[in-house]
Amino acid sequence: MDTRHLIIGNSVAAVAAVEAIREVDETGGIVMVSREPRHVYSRPLISYWLAGKVDDRRMDWRPRSFYDELKVRAVLGKEAVRLDAAKHVVELADGGRIGYEKLLIATGGTPIVPRIKGHDAAGVFTFTEWADAERVRDFIRQRKVGRAVVVGAGMIGVKAAEALAGIGVKVTVVELAPRVLAAALDEPAARLAAGAMTEAGVELRCGAEVEAVVARERHAAAVRLKGGEELPCELVVVAVGVAPNAQLARTTAGAVEVDRGVLVDDLMRTTAPDVYAAGDVAQGREALSGTKRAIPIWPGAFRQGRIAGLGMAGAEPERYDGALVMNSVSVFGLPTVSVGVAAQPPGDAEVLVSENAGVPSYRKVVLKGGRIIGAMLVGDIDRAGIFTGLIRSGTDVSSVKELLLTEQFGVLSLPAEYRKHVVAGAGIEV
Amino acid sequence: MKRIYAREEFCLGCRLCEIHCLVRHSKSKKLIKAFRKERGEVVPGVMVESAGHVTFAMQCRHCDTAPCLEACITGAMHRDKKTGAVICDADKCVGCWMCVMVCPAGAVRRGKDGKEGKAASKCDLCAGDKTPVCVLNCPNEAIVYEER
Repeated sequence: MDTRHLIIGNSVAAVAAVEAIREVDETGGIVMVSREPRHVYSRPLISYWLAGKVDDRRMDWRPRSFYDELKVRAVLGKEAVRLDAAKHVVELADGGRIGYEKLLIATGGTPIVPRIKGHDAAGVFTFTEWADAERVRDFIRQRKVGRAVVVGAGMIGVKAAEALAGIGVKVTVVELAPRVLAAALDEPAARLAAGAMTEAGVELRCGAEVEAVVARERHAAAVRLKGGEELPCELVVVAVGVAPNAQLARTTAGAVEVDRGVLVDDLMRTTAPDVYAAGDVAQGREALSGTKRAIPIWPGAFRQGRIAGLGMAGAEPERYDGALVMNSVSVFGLPTVSVGVAAQPPGDAEVLVSENAGVPSYRKVVLKGGRIIGAMLVGDIDRAGIFTGLIRSGTDVSSVKELLLTEQFGVLSLPAEYRKHVVAGAGIEV
Repeated sequence: MKRIYAREEFCLGCRLCEIHCLVRHSKSKKLIKAFRKERGEVVPGVMVESAGHVTFAMQCRHCDTAPCLEACITGAMHRDKKTGAVICDADKCVGCWMCVMVCPAGAVRRGKDGKEGKAASKCDLCAGDKTPVCVLNCPNEAIVYEER
Protein backbone atom coordinates (compact mmCIF):
# COMPACT_ATOMS: atom_id res chain seq x y z
CA MET A 1 0.00 0.00 0.00
CA ASP A 2 1.44 3.37 -0.98
CA THR A 3 0.29 6.82 -0.13
CA ARG A 4 1.23 10.42 -0.70
CA HIS A 5 1.13 11.62 2.90
CA LEU A 6 1.85 9.20 5.71
CA ILE A 7 1.34 10.45 9.23
CA ILE A 8 2.41 8.49 12.28
CA GLY A 9 0.33 9.85 15.12
CA ASN A 10 -3.27 10.81 15.79
CA SER A 11 -3.17 13.75 18.18
CA VAL A 12 -2.80 17.50 17.88
CA ALA A 13 0.28 17.76 15.63
CA ALA A 14 -0.96 14.97 13.35
CA VAL A 15 -4.44 16.44 13.03
CA ALA A 16 -3.14 19.97 12.44
CA ALA A 17 -0.94 18.57 9.67
CA VAL A 18 -3.86 16.77 8.01
CA GLU A 19 -6.02 19.89 8.12
CA ALA A 20 -3.20 21.95 6.61
CA ILE A 21 -2.56 19.39 3.86
CA ARG A 22 -6.22 19.42 2.89
CA GLU A 23 -6.19 23.20 2.54
CA VAL A 24 -3.79 22.76 -0.37
CA ASP A 25 -4.06 19.17 -1.56
CA GLU A 26 -7.68 18.03 -1.71
CA THR A 27 -7.15 14.61 -3.16
CA GLY A 28 -3.67 13.27 -2.32
CA GLY A 29 -3.91 10.10 -0.27
CA ILE A 30 -3.45 10.54 3.48
CA VAL A 31 -2.88 7.66 5.88
CA MET A 32 -2.74 8.15 9.64
CA VAL A 33 -1.24 5.38 11.74
CA SER A 34 -1.76 5.27 15.49
CA ARG A 35 -0.73 2.82 18.18
CA GLU A 36 -3.85 3.71 20.12
CA PRO A 37 -7.08 2.19 18.74
CA ARG A 38 -9.11 5.36 19.17
CA HIS A 39 -10.71 8.21 17.33
CA VAL A 40 -8.86 11.56 17.62
CA TYR A 41 -9.10 12.45 21.30
CA SER A 42 -7.53 15.03 23.60
CA ARG A 43 -4.87 13.70 25.94
CA PRO A 44 -4.97 16.71 28.30
CA LEU A 45 -8.59 15.78 29.04
CA ILE A 46 -7.82 12.44 30.69
CA SER A 47 -7.79 14.00 34.16
CA TYR A 48 -11.20 15.55 33.47
CA TRP A 49 -12.42 12.15 32.25
CA LEU A 50 -11.13 10.36 35.37
CA ALA A 51 -12.89 12.96 37.52
CA GLY A 52 -16.13 12.30 35.63
CA LYS A 53 -16.29 15.86 34.30
CA VAL A 54 -15.93 14.79 30.68
CA ASP A 55 -17.63 11.72 29.23
CA ASP A 56 -16.36 9.48 26.41
CA ARG A 57 -18.05 11.58 23.76
CA ARG A 58 -16.51 14.86 24.93
CA MET A 59 -13.05 13.28 24.74
CA ASP A 60 -13.27 13.56 20.95
CA TRP A 61 -11.05 16.44 19.84
CA ARG A 62 -12.49 16.35 16.35
CA PRO A 63 -15.97 15.22 15.26
CA ARG A 64 -16.51 11.54 14.47
CA SER A 65 -16.77 12.50 10.80
CA PHE A 66 -13.16 13.78 10.82
CA TYR A 67 -11.47 10.97 8.86
CA ASP A 68 -14.27 10.77 6.26
CA GLU A 69 -14.55 14.50 5.76
CA LEU A 70 -10.82 14.93 5.27
CA LYS A 71 -10.54 11.73 3.23
CA VAL A 72 -8.09 10.09 5.61
CA ARG A 73 -7.46 6.37 5.87
CA ALA A 74 -7.02 5.77 9.59
CA VAL A 75 -4.96 2.74 10.54
CA LEU A 76 -5.66 2.58 14.26
CA GLY A 77 -4.31 0.19 16.86
CA LYS A 78 -1.17 -0.49 14.87
CA GLU A 79 2.30 0.60 15.79
CA ALA A 80 4.89 1.85 13.31
CA VAL A 81 8.10 0.12 14.32
CA ARG A 82 10.64 0.72 11.56
CA LEU A 83 11.43 3.46 9.10
CA ASP A 84 13.48 3.00 5.96
CA ALA A 85 14.05 6.62 5.01
CA ALA A 86 16.02 5.73 1.87
CA LYS A 87 13.29 3.48 0.48
CA HIS A 88 10.46 5.70 1.83
CA VAL A 89 8.78 2.83 3.66
CA VAL A 90 7.39 2.46 7.18
CA GLU A 91 6.95 -0.98 8.67
CA LEU A 92 4.21 -1.81 11.16
CA ALA A 93 4.43 -4.19 14.12
CA ASP A 94 2.17 -6.67 12.32
CA GLY A 95 4.56 -6.77 9.36
CA GLY A 96 2.51 -4.44 7.15
CA ARG A 97 4.45 -1.92 5.07
CA ILE A 98 3.34 1.52 3.93
CA GLY A 99 5.25 3.48 1.33
CA TYR A 100 5.07 7.27 1.30
CA GLU A 101 6.03 10.36 -0.64
CA LYS A 102 6.06 12.54 2.50
CA LEU A 103 6.20 11.29 6.06
CA LEU A 104 5.31 13.04 9.31
CA ILE A 105 6.52 11.62 12.60
CA ALA A 106 4.10 12.89 15.23
CA THR A 107 4.43 10.15 17.80
CA GLY A 108 4.27 12.45 20.82
CA GLY A 109 5.90 11.84 24.15
CA THR A 110 6.46 8.96 26.49
CA PRO A 111 6.19 9.21 30.28
CA ILE A 112 9.46 8.97 32.16
CA VAL A 113 9.51 6.24 34.80
CA PRO A 114 12.48 6.42 37.16
CA ARG A 115 13.96 2.98 37.85
CA ILE A 116 13.25 3.14 41.54
CA LYS A 117 12.73 -0.07 43.48
CA GLY A 118 9.17 -1.32 43.22
CA HIS A 119 8.22 0.77 40.18
CA ASP A 120 6.81 -2.35 38.53
CA ALA A 121 4.46 -3.25 41.40
CA ALA A 122 0.74 -3.48 40.65
CA GLY A 123 -0.95 -0.18 41.36
CA VAL A 124 1.84 1.98 39.91
CA PHE A 125 0.70 3.93 36.85
CA THR A 126 1.80 6.69 34.53
CA PHE A 127 -0.81 9.21 33.41
CA THR A 128 -0.47 10.52 29.86
CA GLU A 129 -2.97 8.66 27.70
CA TRP A 130 -6.59 7.59 27.89
CA ALA A 131 -5.69 3.95 28.56
CA ASP A 132 -3.74 5.10 31.65
CA ALA A 133 -6.81 6.86 33.01
CA GLU A 134 -8.92 3.76 32.32
CA ARG A 135 -6.43 1.55 34.14
CA VAL A 136 -6.37 3.92 37.12
CA ARG A 137 -10.16 4.06 37.25
CA ASP A 138 -10.52 0.27 37.03
CA PHE A 139 -7.84 -0.27 39.65
CA ILE A 140 -9.51 2.17 42.06
CA ARG A 141 -12.83 0.35 41.64
CA GLN A 142 -11.45 -3.17 41.92
CA ARG A 143 -9.11 -2.56 44.84
CA LYS A 144 -11.28 0.03 46.57
CA VAL A 145 -8.37 2.45 46.66
CA GLY A 146 -8.57 5.01 49.46
CA ARG A 147 -5.11 6.56 49.34
CA ALA A 148 -2.85 7.55 46.48
CA VAL A 149 0.59 9.07 46.14
CA VAL A 150 1.30 11.20 43.09
CA VAL A 151 5.01 11.47 42.32
CA GLY A 152 5.70 14.81 40.68
CA ALA A 153 3.90 18.16 41.01
CA GLY A 154 4.25 19.28 37.42
CA MET A 155 1.19 19.86 35.28
CA ILE A 156 0.34 16.17 34.87
CA GLY A 157 0.86 15.41 38.55
CA VAL A 158 -1.26 18.34 39.68
CA LYS A 159 -4.12 17.45 37.31
CA ALA A 160 -3.93 13.76 38.29
CA ALA A 161 -4.07 14.75 41.97
CA GLU A 162 -7.07 16.99 41.28
CA ALA A 163 -8.93 14.17 39.50
CA LEU A 164 -8.16 11.61 42.22
CA ALA A 165 -9.17 13.98 45.02
CA GLY A 166 -12.33 14.74 43.05
CA ILE A 167 -13.42 11.11 43.17
CA GLY A 168 -12.78 10.74 46.88
CA VAL A 169 -9.23 9.42 47.01
CA LYS A 170 -6.94 10.83 49.71
CA VAL A 171 -3.92 12.16 47.82
CA THR A 172 -0.35 12.97 48.81
CA VAL A 173 1.82 14.69 46.21
CA VAL A 174 5.59 14.24 46.44
CA GLU A 175 7.80 16.70 44.56
CA LEU A 176 11.58 16.85 44.36
CA ALA A 177 11.62 20.62 43.71
CA PRO A 178 10.94 22.98 46.62
CA ARG A 179 7.55 24.01 45.15
CA VAL A 180 4.68 22.83 42.96
CA LEU A 181 4.68 23.56 39.20
CA ALA A 182 8.30 24.62 39.61
CA ALA A 183 9.00 25.05 35.90
CA ALA A 184 6.07 27.43 35.42
CA LEU A 185 5.59 29.23 38.72
CA ASP A 186 7.85 31.19 41.04
CA GLU A 187 7.69 30.94 44.83
CA PRO A 188 4.79 33.35 45.54
CA ALA A 189 2.68 31.94 42.70
CA ALA A 190 3.41 28.35 43.70
CA ARG A 191 2.41 29.18 47.26
CA LEU A 192 -1.05 30.22 46.03
CA ALA A 193 -1.33 27.03 43.95
CA ALA A 194 -0.19 24.90 46.89
CA GLY A 195 -2.80 26.65 49.04
CA ALA A 196 -5.55 25.65 46.64
CA MET A 197 -4.34 22.04 46.78
CA THR A 198 -4.07 21.75 50.54
CA GLU A 199 -7.43 23.45 50.98
CA ALA A 200 -8.90 20.63 48.89
CA GLY A 201 -7.41 18.09 51.29
CA VAL A 202 -4.29 17.18 49.34
CA GLU A 203 -1.11 16.65 51.33
CA LEU A 204 2.02 18.16 49.80
CA ARG A 205 5.60 17.00 50.24
CA CYS A 206 7.85 19.37 48.31
CA GLY A 207 11.63 18.99 48.43
CA ALA A 208 11.17 15.28 49.03
CA GLU A 209 12.69 12.44 47.07
CA VAL A 210 11.08 9.07 46.48
CA GLU A 211 13.34 6.16 47.27
CA ALA A 212 11.10 3.18 46.54
CA VAL A 213 7.61 1.88 46.13
CA VAL A 214 7.07 -0.57 48.96
CA ALA A 215 5.16 -3.58 47.65
CA ARG A 216 3.25 -6.22 49.53
CA GLU A 217 2.21 -9.30 47.56
CA ARG A 218 3.47 -7.43 44.51
CA HIS A 219 0.96 -4.65 45.07
CA ALA A 220 1.95 -1.11 46.00
CA ALA A 221 1.51 -0.59 49.73
CA ALA A 222 3.46 2.60 50.38
CA VAL A 223 5.91 5.08 48.93
CA ARG A 224 9.16 5.37 50.87
CA LEU A 225 10.93 8.72 50.90
CA LYS A 226 14.66 9.31 51.30
CA GLY A 227 15.11 9.45 55.02
CA GLY A 228 12.89 6.46 55.57
CA GLU A 229 9.41 7.92 55.98
CA GLU A 230 6.70 5.77 54.40
CA LEU A 231 3.49 7.12 52.90
CA PRO A 232 0.92 4.31 52.93
CA CYS A 233 -1.13 4.07 49.72
CA GLU A 234 -2.70 1.55 47.37
CA LEU A 235 -2.14 3.59 44.20
CA VAL A 236 0.91 5.44 42.86
CA VAL A 237 0.80 7.80 39.90
CA VAL A 238 4.24 8.57 38.48
CA ALA A 239 4.22 11.97 36.80
CA VAL A 240 7.82 13.14 36.68
CA GLY A 241 7.82 14.22 33.06
CA VAL A 242 7.65 13.11 29.45
CA ALA A 243 10.39 12.48 26.92
CA PRO A 244 10.05 12.59 23.13
CA ASN A 245 8.88 9.23 21.77
CA ALA A 246 11.57 9.12 19.09
CA GLN A 247 11.83 5.34 18.81
CA LEU A 248 10.74 5.20 15.17
CA ALA A 249 13.28 7.83 14.09
CA ARG A 250 16.00 5.89 15.89
CA THR A 251 15.48 2.91 13.56
CA THR A 252 16.95 4.81 10.62
CA ALA A 253 20.63 4.34 11.54
CA GLY A 254 21.10 8.07 11.82
CA ALA A 255 19.33 9.11 8.62
CA VAL A 256 16.84 10.93 10.82
CA GLU A 257 18.99 12.68 13.39
CA VAL A 258 17.78 12.42 16.96
CA ASP A 259 19.01 14.29 20.00
CA ARG A 260 16.51 14.20 22.88
CA GLY A 261 13.82 14.53 20.27
CA VAL A 262 13.81 14.36 16.49
CA LEU A 263 15.78 17.37 15.28
CA VAL A 264 13.83 19.66 12.96
CA ASP A 265 14.45 22.94 11.17
CA ASP A 266 11.97 25.84 11.06
CA LEU A 267 9.93 24.05 8.41
CA MET A 268 9.73 20.91 10.56
CA ARG A 269 11.99 18.98 8.21
CA THR A 270 14.21 16.31 9.73
CA THR A 271 17.66 15.47 8.37
CA ALA A 272 16.17 12.83 6.04
CA PRO A 273 14.55 13.92 2.77
CA ASP A 274 10.72 13.94 2.82
CA VAL A 275 10.58 13.16 6.53
CA TYR A 276 9.02 15.74 8.86
CA ALA A 277 8.48 15.71 12.61
CA ALA A 278 6.15 17.79 14.79
CA GLY A 279 4.76 17.93 18.31
CA ASP A 280 6.17 16.44 21.49
CA VAL A 281 8.48 14.10 19.54
CA ALA A 282 10.22 17.00 17.79
CA GLN A 283 13.10 19.13 18.95
CA GLY A 284 12.90 22.46 17.19
CA ARG A 285 13.82 26.05 17.79
CA GLU A 286 12.65 27.66 21.01
CA ALA A 287 11.47 31.22 20.47
CA LEU A 288 13.35 33.19 23.11
CA SER A 289 16.67 31.35 23.34
CA GLY A 290 16.90 30.28 19.70
CA THR A 291 18.26 26.90 20.77
CA LYS A 292 16.66 23.59 19.79
CA ARG A 293 14.60 22.13 22.61
CA ALA A 294 11.88 19.54 22.96
CA ILE A 295 8.96 21.49 24.40
CA PRO A 296 5.87 19.39 25.03
CA ILE A 297 3.12 21.98 24.83
CA TRP A 298 -0.17 21.88 22.97
CA PRO A 299 -0.19 25.15 20.97
CA GLY A 300 3.40 24.52 19.85
CA ALA A 301 2.46 21.05 18.64
CA PHE A 302 -0.45 22.46 16.65
CA ARG A 303 1.69 25.10 14.98
CA GLN A 304 4.45 22.64 14.17
CA GLY A 305 1.96 20.15 12.75
CA ARG A 306 0.39 22.83 10.60
CA ILE A 307 3.76 24.00 9.23
CA ALA A 308 4.79 20.40 8.50
CA GLY A 309 1.51 19.76 6.71
CA LEU A 310 1.84 22.83 4.50
CA GLY A 311 5.40 21.82 3.63
CA MET A 312 4.38 18.24 2.84
CA ALA A 313 1.68 19.49 0.50
CA GLY A 314 4.15 21.79 -1.24
CA ALA A 315 2.57 25.05 -0.09
CA GLU A 316 4.35 28.26 0.81
CA PRO A 317 5.34 27.77 4.45
CA GLU A 318 4.02 30.12 7.10
CA ARG A 319 6.39 32.15 9.23
CA TYR A 320 7.56 30.22 12.26
CA ASP A 321 9.25 31.94 15.16
CA GLY A 322 9.91 28.86 17.24
CA ALA A 323 7.97 27.42 20.14
CA LEU A 324 7.12 29.69 23.03
CA VAL A 325 7.03 27.97 26.41
CA MET A 326 3.64 28.55 27.98
CA ASN A 327 1.02 26.90 30.08
CA SER A 328 -2.39 27.53 31.48
CA VAL A 329 -3.23 25.21 34.35
CA SER A 330 -6.20 25.44 36.62
CA VAL A 331 -5.04 24.13 40.00
CA PHE A 332 -8.08 22.88 41.92
CA GLY A 333 -10.04 25.76 40.45
CA LEU A 334 -7.30 28.40 40.76
CA PRO A 335 -6.27 29.60 37.28
CA THR A 336 -2.56 29.96 36.60
CA VAL A 337 -0.84 31.16 33.44
CA SER A 338 2.88 31.24 32.76
CA VAL A 339 4.44 32.36 29.47
CA GLY A 340 8.08 32.65 28.42
CA VAL A 341 10.83 33.16 30.97
CA ALA A 342 8.76 33.90 34.05
CA ALA A 343 9.62 31.50 36.89
CA GLN A 344 13.36 32.11 36.83
CA PRO A 345 14.13 35.46 35.21
CA PRO A 346 17.72 36.13 34.18
CA GLY A 347 19.73 38.35 36.54
CA ASP A 348 19.72 41.37 34.22
CA ALA A 349 15.96 41.34 33.72
CA GLU A 350 13.56 43.88 35.17
CA VAL A 351 10.73 42.29 37.13
CA LEU A 352 7.37 43.96 37.80
CA VAL A 353 5.01 42.39 40.31
CA SER A 354 1.54 43.13 41.61
CA GLU A 355 -0.19 41.16 44.32
CA ASN A 356 -3.58 41.12 45.92
CA ALA A 357 -3.60 38.59 48.72
CA GLY A 358 -7.32 38.87 49.34
CA VAL A 359 -8.55 37.76 45.89
CA PRO A 360 -5.99 36.01 45.58
CA SER A 361 -4.23 37.39 42.57
CA TYR A 362 -0.61 37.60 41.49
CA ARG A 363 0.80 39.16 38.34
CA LYS A 364 4.38 39.35 37.20
CA VAL A 365 5.96 40.70 34.05
CA VAL A 366 9.61 40.13 33.16
CA LEU A 367 11.27 42.69 30.89
CA LYS A 368 14.61 42.73 29.15
CA GLY A 369 15.82 45.53 26.89
CA GLY A 370 12.37 47.12 26.83
CA ARG A 371 10.66 43.91 25.71
CA ILE A 372 8.55 41.46 27.70
CA ILE A 373 10.15 38.02 27.89
CA GLY A 374 7.92 36.46 30.52
CA ALA A 375 4.53 36.82 32.21
CA MET A 376 2.89 34.99 35.08
CA LEU A 377 -0.68 35.38 36.28
CA VAL A 378 -2.48 33.60 39.09
CA GLY A 379 -6.12 34.07 40.01
CA ASP A 380 -7.10 37.00 37.82
CA ILE A 381 -5.75 35.78 34.50
CA ASP A 382 -8.08 37.86 32.31
CA ARG A 383 -6.42 39.31 29.22
CA ALA A 384 -3.22 37.30 29.84
CA GLY A 385 -2.95 36.81 26.09
CA ILE A 386 -2.09 40.47 25.56
CA PHE A 387 1.20 39.74 27.34
CA THR A 388 1.70 36.57 25.30
CA GLY A 389 1.22 38.57 22.10
CA LEU A 390 3.73 41.17 23.25
CA ILE A 391 6.28 38.48 24.12
CA ARG A 392 5.78 36.74 20.79
CA SER A 393 6.00 39.91 18.74
CA GLY A 394 9.00 41.30 20.65
CA THR A 395 7.27 44.68 20.85
CA ASP A 396 9.15 47.42 22.68
CA VAL A 397 6.92 48.32 25.61
CA SER A 398 9.19 50.93 27.25
CA SER A 399 6.66 53.68 26.51
CA VAL A 400 3.81 51.84 28.28
CA LYS A 401 5.73 50.11 31.04
CA GLU A 402 3.89 51.87 33.88
CA LEU A 403 0.56 50.64 32.53
CA LEU A 404 1.38 46.93 32.29
CA LEU A 405 0.16 45.98 35.74
CA THR A 406 -2.61 48.55 36.10
CA GLU A 407 -6.26 47.57 36.09
CA GLN A 408 -7.05 49.47 32.91
CA PHE A 409 -4.26 47.78 30.95
CA GLY A 410 -5.66 46.62 27.64
CA VAL A 411 -5.38 46.86 23.89
CA LEU A 412 -5.73 50.63 24.13
CA SER A 413 -2.54 50.77 26.20
CA LEU A 414 -0.47 49.10 23.48
CA PRO A 415 2.03 50.96 21.29
CA ALA A 416 0.11 52.28 18.26
CA GLU A 417 1.77 50.20 15.55
CA TYR A 418 1.32 46.94 17.44
CA ARG A 419 -2.25 47.86 18.36
CA LYS A 420 -3.11 48.24 14.67
CA HIS A 421 -1.71 44.77 14.02
CA VAL A 422 -3.81 43.23 16.78
CA VAL A 423 -7.00 44.98 15.72
CA ALA A 424 -6.58 43.90 12.10
CA GLY A 425 -6.86 40.25 13.16
CA ALA A 426 -5.15 38.90 10.07
CA GLY A 427 -2.30 36.43 10.36
CA ILE A 428 -1.67 36.68 14.05
CA GLU A 429 0.78 34.17 15.41
CA VAL A 430 1.21 33.33 19.05
CA MET B 1 -14.92 38.14 6.00
CA LYS B 2 -16.96 40.86 7.63
CA ARG B 3 -15.52 42.00 10.94
CA ILE B 4 -16.45 44.54 13.58
CA TYR B 5 -14.12 47.56 13.54
CA ALA B 6 -13.86 50.30 16.12
CA ARG B 7 -13.64 53.97 15.20
CA GLU B 8 -12.18 55.33 18.40
CA GLU B 9 -12.57 58.95 17.32
CA PHE B 10 -16.38 58.47 17.46
CA CYS B 11 -16.63 56.38 20.63
CA LEU B 12 -18.43 58.15 23.47
CA GLY B 13 -17.55 55.44 25.97
CA CYS B 14 -21.24 54.96 26.78
CA ARG B 15 -20.87 51.16 26.97
CA LEU B 16 -24.27 50.56 25.36
CA CYS B 17 -22.53 47.97 23.18
CA GLU B 18 -21.63 45.96 26.27
CA ILE B 19 -25.18 46.16 27.56
CA HIS B 20 -26.79 45.13 24.27
CA CYS B 21 -24.30 42.28 23.97
CA LEU B 22 -25.20 41.18 27.48
CA VAL B 23 -28.93 41.22 26.67
CA ARG B 24 -28.48 39.40 23.35
CA HIS B 25 -26.55 36.61 25.11
CA SER B 26 -28.71 36.51 28.25
CA LYS B 27 -31.40 33.98 29.05
CA SER B 28 -34.15 36.55 29.57
CA LYS B 29 -33.31 38.70 26.50
CA LYS B 30 -34.90 41.55 28.44
CA LEU B 31 -32.88 44.70 29.04
CA ILE B 32 -33.73 45.42 32.67
CA LYS B 33 -33.86 41.78 33.74
CA ALA B 34 -30.59 40.96 32.06
CA PHE B 35 -28.89 44.06 33.43
CA ARG B 36 -30.09 43.52 36.97
CA LYS B 37 -30.00 39.75 37.32
CA GLU B 38 -27.65 38.30 34.70
CA ARG B 39 -24.78 40.76 34.79
CA GLY B 40 -21.79 38.85 36.14
CA GLU B 41 -23.32 35.59 34.92
CA VAL B 42 -23.16 36.58 31.25
CA VAL B 43 -19.84 38.07 30.17
CA PRO B 44 -20.22 40.48 27.25
CA GLY B 45 -18.10 39.68 24.22
CA VAL B 46 -17.34 43.33 23.67
CA MET B 47 -15.52 45.51 26.16
CA VAL B 48 -15.04 49.24 26.15
CA GLU B 49 -11.55 50.33 27.01
CA SER B 50 -10.66 53.83 28.01
CA ALA B 51 -7.53 55.80 28.73
CA GLY B 52 -8.00 59.47 29.47
CA HIS B 53 -10.37 60.81 26.81
CA VAL B 54 -9.77 57.99 24.38
CA THR B 55 -12.24 55.12 24.43
CA PHE B 56 -12.97 52.30 22.05
CA ALA B 57 -14.83 49.01 21.87
CA MET B 58 -12.82 45.85 21.55
CA GLN B 59 -13.97 42.34 20.74
CA CYS B 60 -12.70 39.11 19.17
CA ARG B 61 -11.00 39.77 15.82
CA HIS B 62 -11.98 36.34 14.44
CA CYS B 63 -8.37 36.10 13.27
CA ASP B 64 -7.48 34.35 10.01
CA THR B 65 -4.87 32.35 11.91
CA ALA B 66 -6.52 32.25 15.29
CA PRO B 67 -4.26 31.36 18.24
CA CYS B 68 -7.28 30.30 20.33
CA LEU B 69 -8.22 27.66 17.76
CA GLU B 70 -4.71 26.25 17.90
CA ALA B 71 -4.54 26.27 21.69
CA CYS B 72 -7.94 24.71 22.41
CA ILE B 73 -7.50 21.27 24.01
CA THR B 74 -11.16 20.26 23.79
CA GLY B 75 -12.12 21.26 20.26
CA ALA B 76 -14.73 23.62 21.73
CA MET B 77 -13.22 26.58 19.93
CA HIS B 78 -14.05 26.19 16.26
CA ARG B 79 -14.60 28.20 13.11
CA ASP B 80 -18.13 28.45 11.80
CA LYS B 81 -17.96 27.19 8.25
CA LYS B 82 -20.60 29.61 6.97
CA THR B 83 -19.70 32.90 8.63
CA GLY B 84 -15.99 32.36 9.34
CA ALA B 85 -16.57 33.42 12.93
CA VAL B 86 -14.56 31.78 15.70
CA ILE B 87 -17.08 30.28 18.12
CA CYS B 88 -16.77 28.51 21.47
CA ASP B 89 -19.03 25.52 22.13
CA ALA B 90 -19.67 26.04 25.85
CA ASP B 91 -20.81 22.43 26.33
CA LYS B 92 -17.45 21.12 25.15
CA CYS B 93 -15.28 23.70 26.93
CA VAL B 94 -13.74 22.66 30.27
CA GLY B 95 -12.41 26.09 31.22
CA CYS B 96 -8.67 25.38 30.94
CA TRP B 97 -8.20 28.98 29.73
CA MET B 98 -5.55 28.18 27.13
CA CYS B 99 -7.49 30.55 24.81
CA VAL B 100 -7.33 33.32 27.42
CA MET B 101 -3.57 32.78 27.57
CA VAL B 102 -2.99 33.10 23.83
CA CYS B 103 -5.46 35.74 22.60
CA PRO B 104 -3.31 38.77 21.74
CA ALA B 105 -6.37 41.03 21.93
CA GLY B 106 -7.39 39.72 25.34
CA ALA B 107 -10.79 39.13 23.78
CA VAL B 108 -11.56 35.71 25.26
CA ARG B 109 -12.76 35.88 28.82
CA ARG B 110 -13.73 33.48 31.55
CA GLY B 111 -17.48 32.94 31.41
CA LYS B 112 -19.91 30.85 33.41
CA ASP B 113 -21.71 28.80 30.76
CA GLY B 114 -21.34 25.12 30.11
CA LYS B 115 -21.70 21.94 32.14
CA GLU B 116 -19.24 22.92 34.88
CA GLY B 117 -20.33 26.56 34.99
CA LYS B 118 -17.11 27.73 33.42
CA ALA B 119 -16.49 28.18 29.73
CA ALA B 120 -14.65 30.60 27.51
CA SER B 121 -16.79 33.57 26.54
CA LYS B 122 -16.25 35.69 23.49
CA CYS B 123 -17.88 37.57 20.63
CA ASP B 124 -19.79 35.21 18.32
CA LEU B 125 -20.77 37.96 15.85
CA CYS B 126 -24.30 37.39 17.20
CA ALA B 127 -24.44 33.90 15.76
CA GLY B 128 -25.15 34.74 12.16
CA ASP B 129 -27.41 37.78 12.68
CA LYS B 130 -27.22 40.22 9.79
CA THR B 131 -25.66 42.87 12.03
CA PRO B 132 -24.29 42.26 15.54
CA VAL B 133 -26.29 44.06 18.23
CA CYS B 134 -23.33 46.14 19.40
CA VAL B 135 -23.01 47.69 15.95
CA LEU B 136 -26.77 48.01 15.53
CA ASN B 137 -27.18 49.92 18.78
CA CYS B 138 -24.12 52.14 18.82
CA PRO B 139 -25.51 55.68 18.97
CA ASN B 140 -22.55 57.28 17.21
CA GLU B 141 -21.47 54.63 14.67
CA ALA B 142 -18.25 54.10 16.59
CA ILE B 143 -18.27 50.44 15.67
CA VAL B 144 -18.96 49.23 12.17
CA TYR B 145 -19.46 45.79 10.65
CA GLU B 146 -17.78 45.55 7.28
CA GLU B 147 -15.41 43.82 4.91
CA ARG B 148 -11.97 45.42 4.77
